[in-house]
Amino acid sequence: MADNFKKNKPGVADEAVPTTSIHIRRAIAYVVLVLVTLMCLFWFLILFINATRSNGELGRGFTLIPGGHLTENLNNLFHGTIPVVRGMINSLVIATLSAALCTYFSTMTAYAIQIYDFVGKKMVFTFILAIMMIPTQVTALGFVNLVSGMKMEDNFFPLIALSIASPAVFFYMKQYMESNLPGSLIEAARIDGAGEFRIFNTIALPLMRPAIAVQAIFTFVASWNNYFVPSLILHNDNMKTLPIQIAQLRAADWLKFDMGQVYAMIAFSIFPVIIVYLILSRNIVGGLTAGGVKE
Amino acid sequence: MEKTKKGNMARLNRWGLIFLIPFTIAFVVFQLVPLVNTVYNSFFENYRSGLKQVGPNFIGLENYVSLLTGGDLILYFLNTMILWVMCFIPQIALSLLLSAWFTNPSLRLRGQRFFKTVIYLPNLIMASAFAMLFFTLFADSGPINNMLMQMGLISEPYSFLTHIWSVRGLVAFMNCLMWFGNTTILLMAGMMGIPADMYEAASVDGASPTQIFFRITMPLLKPIFIYVMITSLIGGLQLFDVPQILTNGTGDPVRSSMTLIMYLNKHLYSKNFGMAGALSVMLLILTGILSLIVFRVSASDAVKKVR
Repeated sequence: MADNFKKNKPGVADEAVPTTSIHIRRAIAYVVLVLVTLMCLFWFLILFINATRSNGELGRGFTLIPGGHLTENLNNLFHGTIPVVRGMINSLVIATLSAALCTYFSTMTAYAIQIYDFVGKKMVFTFILAIMMIPTQVTALGFVNLVSGMKMEDNFFPLIALSIASPAVFFYMKQYMESNLPGSLIEAARIDGAGEFRIFNTIALPLMRPAIAVQAIFTFVASWNNYFVPSLILHNDNMKTLPIQIAQLRAADWLKFDMGQVYAMIAFSIFPVIIVYLILSRNIVGGLTAGGVKE
Repeated sequence: MEKTKKGNMARLNRWGLIFLIPFTIAFVVFQLVPLVNTVYNSFFENYRSGLKQVGPNFIGLENYVSLLTGGDLILYFLNTMILWVMCFIPQIALSLLLSAWFTNPSLRLRGQRFFKTVIYLPNLIMASAFAMLFFTLFADSGPINNMLMQMGLISEPYSFLTHIWSVRGLVAFMNCLMWFGNTTILLMAGMMGIPADMYEAASVDGASPTQIFFRITMPLLKPIFIYVMITSLIGGLQLFDVPQILTNGTGDPVRSSMTLIMYLNKHLYSKNFGMAGALSVMLLILTGILSLIVFRVSASDAVKKVR
């Protein structure tokens, strides 16, 4: 390891070295990167291949050639015992609404701290940062008690409303505002006589669009993948989300299952996110460090 | 004139408080109340044994004592830490290497966007579905055993899911795969923040690349390195989805992959609210201590900027 570092660290010392050694190092870097790429994609390749093969074909052993049973597997899956289409709709509804509410209200909270001056502002900011790291698992017991107390089990509302207070998204928005929301613009709008709420919605929100897009994607994905808390409060089969159904599949006597269908279900949970990610990857990878971490 | 302007400002600034209302309500209702309820429950004996409901009876710190002396907690804590170390060491090594390459101007690597896109991809995958995928791939009759046999590396299927270290290895590998891209991008941000003249000065003084890495890059990278390590540790303490699905919640063989949150989940399902509460509070304290370190390193600057 140490050797690799020595060879590949940033520095101007390289200029003194003959170019052949840079070529070698570059070649090593490409080989490692290609291997890492394969390590990342290999599993999804097998998943795709296996989702296209029938149970019988899968039983005969693995090949790299896709079969022709993808639609058949998906068809069996949609008409099987687990209501996956319902699960996907449930996941979509929760994730979409969470992403929308979370980004809107986090921006609003950040705006309150960024634009206005009031007693205790610094304290509020410090407090929100301090609660940023509290894991949701730690409050899960109280959350389950609260939800059952409100008779809201099998209801999406608590899961969605929970996302309004997201310190991490707030922090990202606050960082982004510092460099991208000029106070003079807000002043100008005030002189034109616009109300504060209107200024937030028509001036600040549009300026925050890139940050909102990035955080909307992350909140959506986090909610889409979330398993722990939803599994504690969604019990009705028709209200369950995809991750809970995956857990159900795992707990079932899976050996008797049609394996083509099992792979189709996993693919059904994973590939939509991959496709959306590949379409939006430019925003995601670029926006990752834009506001999140101190540099 | 002066006075009305001041009055105006005060009226405007009231909007700051109004805009804080939604966050405050959501936080109080869905996080603070549950947190207080969790802490409250931790002091009560409250569980179901068969059809009989025991408690709630106030028992002080007894839940904490029985957790700490029961042995299970220690075992699950150690499991969680072992899994984290097994995941973090390869992850940070790979991330340091890749971020050093990506930010090295003399290497001029092409296709960086493509590689960054690929290494970040596993981070967005549903952890439960990913674990289910590995469960089917590494099953006795699954494709991996199949491939290894076809290649002649093994003569009969290796039972990945019944050996302690292969299960731990799979969990650690999956987590490493899901998080190294994220770490790489964080470290890159840190490395790009190091001024180039630092390197120039060092090389003019005749420092070797190794010296430059350990004397310049690493010390200047320290804040972000600590940030990455502690947030990874906080995340590691929350390890749940992958081992839960891979082992169907049992943490088998012999509970060697049972993590703290899986333990919490077990108590929540069996409605042992006292124990679940005490365990949650302990996790909260542990996370709190770790967060304090992160806060010191990274967030204190952000707070200073707000006047």
